[in-house]
Amino acid sequence: MKKKLMADKVKSYLMFAGPAIFFFFAIVIIPFIYGVYLTFTNWDGISAKKELIGFANFLAVFQDKDFWSALMLTLAYVAISTVAVQVIAFLLAYLLTSGLKGQNFFRAGFFTPNLIGGIVLGFIWQFVFSKAFTAFGGMTSIPLFESSWLSDPLKAFFALVLVTVWQYSGYMMLIYVAGFVGVPKDLIEAASIDGCTNTQRTRHIVIPMMSQSFSICTFLTLTRCFMVYDLNVSLTGGEPYGSTIMAALHVYQKAFKSKKYGLGQAEALVLFVVVAVVAVTQYYLSKRKEVEA
Amino acid sequence: MAKSKTVVGGAKTKVLNAVKLIVLSLVLLLYMVPFFLILVNSFKRKITIIKHPLMLIDPKGFSVENYVSAFKEMNYLRAFGNSLIITTVSVLFIVLFASMASYYMARSKTIASRLSFSLIVAAMVIPFQTIMIPLISIYGNMFGMLNMRSTLIFMNIGFGMALAIFIYYGFIRSGVPVSLEEAAIIDGCRPYQVFFKIVFPLLKPTTATLIVLDVLWLWNDYLLPSLILGKKALYTLPLSTYTFYGTYSNDLGKIMAGLVLTILPVIAIYLLLQKQIISGVVAGAVKS
Repeated sequence: MKKKLMADKVKSYLMFAGPAIFFFFAIVIIPFIYGVYLTFTNWDGISAKKELIGFANFLAVFQDKDFWSALMLTLAYVAISTVAVQVIAFLLAYLLTSGLKGQNFFRAGFFTPNLIGGIVLGFIWQFVFSKAFTAFGGMTSIPLFESSWLSDPLKAFFALVLVTVWQYSGYMMLIYVAGFVGVPKDLIEAASIDGCTNTQRTRHIVIPMMSQSFSICTFLTLTRCFMVYDLNVSLTGGEPYGSTIMAALHVYQKAFKSKKYGLGQAEALVLFVVVAVVAVTQYYLSKRKEVEA
Repeated sequence: MAKSKTVVGGAKTKVLNAVKLIVLSLVLLLYMVPFFLILVNSFKRKITIIKHPLMLIDPKGFSVENYVSAFKEMNYLRAFGNSLIITTVSVLFIVLFASMASYYMARSKTIASRLSFSLIVAAMVIPFQTIMIPLISIYGNMFGMLNMRSTLIFMNIGFGMALAIFIYYGFIRSGVPVSLEEAAIIDGCRPYQVFFKIVFPLLKPTTATLIVLDVLWLWNDYLLPSLILGKKALYTLPLSTYTFYGTYSNDLGKIMAGLVLTILPVIAIYLLLQKQIISGVVAGAVKS
């Protein structure tokens, strides 16, 4: 009897969860574990031979200056973009929930860049930065636009930030709009009856009530920006002089261009740990805020 | 007194709203400038684009010549077809397998079921870049499965599982009453029948959300396809755009037309299904 019950359980597990678990293990779990193994080898991607070399790859990660500068650049990019996206997205959402005519049209419009992949967005903006901006600079002689942003390391970095903020602000705006709409009407009414001004209402009721939207949006922007690859490849390609290579692009080049799979994988794991630590910290900090509110 | 106050307030709100509307319109216009520039320049000759990128219409007039050559040289139809097949088949299987698995995990209280779900949720934090190198080493070097659309679809299904199961699981737990299933079982339905006839139709809103999220992801995906599909005949739209850009980077007219062609299908769908897409994106983000 008990055996039959067990067999039934196994059967229904396989019937329903079987295919999903198979794909999930084959594509995510097994490669992840195998990836950890790869970091202890000196595999070059071609030869059949892999030698175990212990922690040499991790030592090499710490000596790879390019990796650390790419990681620092990524951190700066993530920090600036995340803050800018939240500010702009919040303001847009604020304006687009005040009952204006055609607010659905505006919401749909601002979201548009998110329908298009990073590769195509990068190419579009390459034209804007290298041709349209310079033509505009020539006409108006504003120094900021006179030479292409993409040929100067610092400006190229801010070109990446600008496109990122342009793209994600429309996305996060939608989530903030949902947050604004979700603030209970009776709370706002009560505040008005108690004599709150508009600004006071926003500061002391609406913003605290929206702390959950803030943590979702920050988390989403943070994790996406950390892993930026498509835009990096198509907008700057890491140029000028390799000054805008972000962490994900660096890992890609280490493995597939320099054929150092073990080292590349070790750097990918370090990147993963950094992202995880930052994301978890952000999560706990904002959770604490949510309770306070 | 009170009356005049409300009138003043009303006029004030009107002015304020007008200002808001103007500010928003200007910002939206600014947001749209890149698309507008690409569109305008796609109808111009190469020489006019380089000399006057901000000019609206070429002195020699409108020309669709860029489109004709971009369409041919990008192998647009083939790339579009590849993207369509890969996206559709992947999404179909993600929806099918994930909904079945989530149903089981939401209902069964066995250790295996709970363990599987926890593992899947935990794995959601693993970024693609951490898996990409071993993935290529296993499926490329060991099994020699590169350059096949089916390999890419296989991997898409694997990568799509975590989010899909997570979203379905939450919905089944909160939104699908067990009593319906019990009634169906009493009526003599077999397990698959209960799922496909009773549960799956109830999951429709979640399925719609998931389709929106997965189509946007897969249609625009670049990195994984670029690692798997090395043959031109298998290129998806983002891949063929990328190569096309590399080959003709000096012929700006063609490039502009190629970019417009790549964006066009997505914008067309967006115009039709705007509401569904936006609510899908919001639901997906808030749930995860």
